Amino acid sequence: MRNRLTALGRSHELRLAVIAILFAVFFSFTAPGFCSLGNLKDLLESQAVLAIMAAGLLVVLIAGGIDISFPAIAAVSQYLVASLILRPGGNWALAFLLAGGLGLLFGLVNALLIHGLKAPPVIVTIATMTFYFSMLMFSTKGAPLYDLPDWFTAKIAVLTVPFPVIVAGVILAATAFLLRRLSLGRQIYGLGGNPEAAKRMGCNIARLQFFVYGFSGTMAGIAGLMQAHRVEEVVPNALIGRELDVLAAVVLGGASLAGGAGSVSGTLLGIALLAMLRNGLTLLGVSSYSFGAVTGLVILLSVSATALAQRRLRRKGGSHGSA
Amino acid sequence: MDERAPCSGPSRPATPSAAVTAGVELTGISRRFGGVQALSGVDFTVRPGEVHCLAGENGCGKSTLIKILSGVLAPDSGQIVLDGSAHARLSPKISQSAGIQVIYQDLALFPNLTVAENIAFHQHVGRVWQLVPARALRRTAEAVLARLGLSLPLDTLVQDLPIASRQLVAICRALAVAARLVVMDEPTASLTHQETDALLATIRSLKSHGIATVLVSHRLDDMMKIGDRVTVLRDGANVGTFAMNEMDRHRLGELITGQKRTAATIKTRFTGTAPPVLAVRGLTCDGQYANIDLAVRPGEILGLTGRLGSGRTELALSLFGMNPPDAGEILIDGRIVRLPDNRAAIREGIGYVSEDRLALGLIMPQSIAENTVVTVLDRLCGPLGLIDHRQRGQTIAHWMGELQVKTATAERPVRELSGGNQQRVVLAKWLATKPRVLILDSPTVGVDVGAKAGLYRTIDELAALGLAIILISDEAEEVLQMAHRVLVMTNGRITGSFQPADVTEDQLREAINA
Repeated sequence: MRNRLTALGRSHELRLAVIAILFAVFFSFTAPGFCSLGNLKDLLESQAVLAIMAAGLLVVLIAGGIDISFPAIAAVSQYLVASLILRPGGNWALAFLLAGGLGLLFGLVNALLIHGLKAPPVIVTIATMTFYFSMLMFSTKGAPLYDLPDWFTAKIAVLTVPFPVIVAGVILAATAFLLRRLSLGRQIYGLGGNPEAAKRMGCNIARLQFFVYGFSGTMAGIAGLMQAHRVEEVVPNALIGRELDVLAAVVLGGASLAGGAGSVSGTLLGIALLAMLRNGLTLLGVSSYSFGAVTGLVILLSVSATALAQRRLRRKGGSHGSA
Repeated sequence: MDERAPCSGPSRPATPSAAVTAGVELTGISRRFGGVQALSGVDFTVRPGEVHCLAGENGCGKSTLIKILSGVLAPDSGQIVLDGSAHARLSPKISQSAGIQVIYQDLALFPNLTVAENIAFHQHVGRVWQLVPARALRRTAEAVLARLGLSLPLDTLVQDLPIASRQLVAICRALAVAARLVVMDEPTASLTHQETDALLATIRSLKSHGIATVLVSHRLDDMMKIGDRVTVLRDGANVGTFAMNEMDRHRLGELITGQKRTAATIKTRFTGTAPPVLAVRGLTCDGQYANIDLAVRPGEILGLTGRLGSGRTELALSLFGMNPPDAGEILIDGRIVRLPDNRAAIREGIGYVSEDRLALGLIMPQSIAENTVVTVLDRLCGPLGLIDHRQRGQTIAHWMGELQVKTATAERPVRELSGGNQQRVVLAKWLATKPRVLILDSPTVGVDVGAKAGLYRTIDELAALGLAIILISDEAEEVLQMAHRVLVMTNGRITGSFQPADVTEDQLREAINA
């Protein structure tokens, strides 16, 4: 019994949930309007795009990789989809197919570079991010697209739940299923936990790499589409800088930059926590310039926590067998 | 899609009919790496269900042979017969589907997955969109454990297991596929005697299921205890294959090194009268060790033994400033010192050669030279803080000669050296700091018999130069042979103090494992 309790206490998700509840209580008392239905709905909807991208990044991180390029992929595929099919006569199925397909393509390019050249994923994806963004700004001169068709910008909601939230929900559920219940997902955990072991066990490493980066790209494409739907316009540089917000949420949710760890539920809580923090600060009248500081601190703290845990483990490892 | 042998049912032992009729036969295997002939015309046959030891010094070709058996390397010439069909080379796929499983020294487990999932991980491989067969995974793990008469916590993450249990997980995983030959590379190197005995019992149980084991080891005792036959390699060639019951320990040692071994001499009581250079009073570190008193004089070799986890490594780290104690005193020359970090310890003249030389002792990709002087760079600096290359060269040449590191040039990366030579470079690195106390933590783990003798000689010479030496080891034989005095640690306390002349190896083992 005591054992089970300590295991529960050690669960990262549970701790996050407790903190999230404390936050919610704090802000609902101090920030007027925080607890209003309208605010919560806004909050949820504004995080949907981030959550979709987070699903992609989570899978990459668990596999022991990292992807910085997804906002750029989202921006580019968003723009391409908007200029290609977002005209009267298009439809949602085609839009999803094209956005996801373009994202997938860009993701596979990342995988090709990372797997083929054995290049460090941070560098590769920073480079592709810079390249895609720059090419987008260069060719569009930063001009936004406003005249999106009505079928695309019309607000859809099921039982008052906005469309992007539904899409994010489906994607997160599918990601959780993939990671926990499919052989592919378990191999992704294995790859992140010990790449050498995964290789020796006969896992198809190339396939896993192409899958995770392709998945991240696809999610980015869909996230870009949802973003355009939500704000009813396509602004080329709207997503610049979002990569660190997503990274902060995912690592806060327990994903390790060293690979092998992370969960969808943790990621959700990470997103919720950061969103509440930002929203609460806004309602309290704190300048939005402070959000970057929050993001930076969260990443630093999460990384330090992981490093400290590893050091403890090493120290424990020095006396292995003591139990 | 499915590229591996089907895992037929959770626990079926290797098809017994095949195991009885066919073994694995390697004949005339040669393999060259650049200018080095790693193997020349080696024969190696494993009969079904036998325990076949593979012995030889580091660099004799054992690991090359194993890699050829596992299909990772192709031989230049020779023939491999599996189930009556001859192959010029194997691939990992062929090797595994013939029931050959290799457990490498690093175990290759997934620390972030549970014991059950690690054991049954094969069932994921080659599948993509299929559902995880959670129940089947668990049943497989349970069945393998039951077969070996082991119990492991199935839902615990492997990273939370002690090292000995991890070893068992690796063995279980090898058996979760229809293995009929399990190759274990140095499985006992990091295990205590009790854990080793448990592992040997597991090997016996494999044998009773008709599964053959190839045991690669440096520990003669283990091989003598468990082996049916032993193949000895030296310099890439067969010395021969012998029945173990016709073999004795000394002869085996001689076959491995190719040298006559002189009987080990036991040291007499230490007679030096100089005051202790290092002393410890009531040293305590919560949760690790408590109330430790010890003293070591110049020229004395103090043996410190105990099981892994007895607190000996933690104590050593405290003496080296890397694990600050909670209470008690450390005295250098009778003067109380604080050692908040290892730089303070180095300043006080304490050197520490870690247990895990590969992880902690050496910067593997850097040259022997760089590794030797890394601890003393500040002393080699000229007035402007630039490194004095003449002095650097002298220091390196001095210690390479003193310790007889076998290499053409000190500019070779350390990772290319054999284990024994690496151990010498670590020693050189610390001796360059001109220490007065040298702490050696399990210096001969993974070092072969010949290199061991060389290291022992070096340790004796260092003591004769007036160094105080603390030798940590879990091999009773080693501390008895090397130390003037032996302290035994159990559960963080010193529970015994022995003069080597007054105690037998068995009595000391008894005290360690009490």
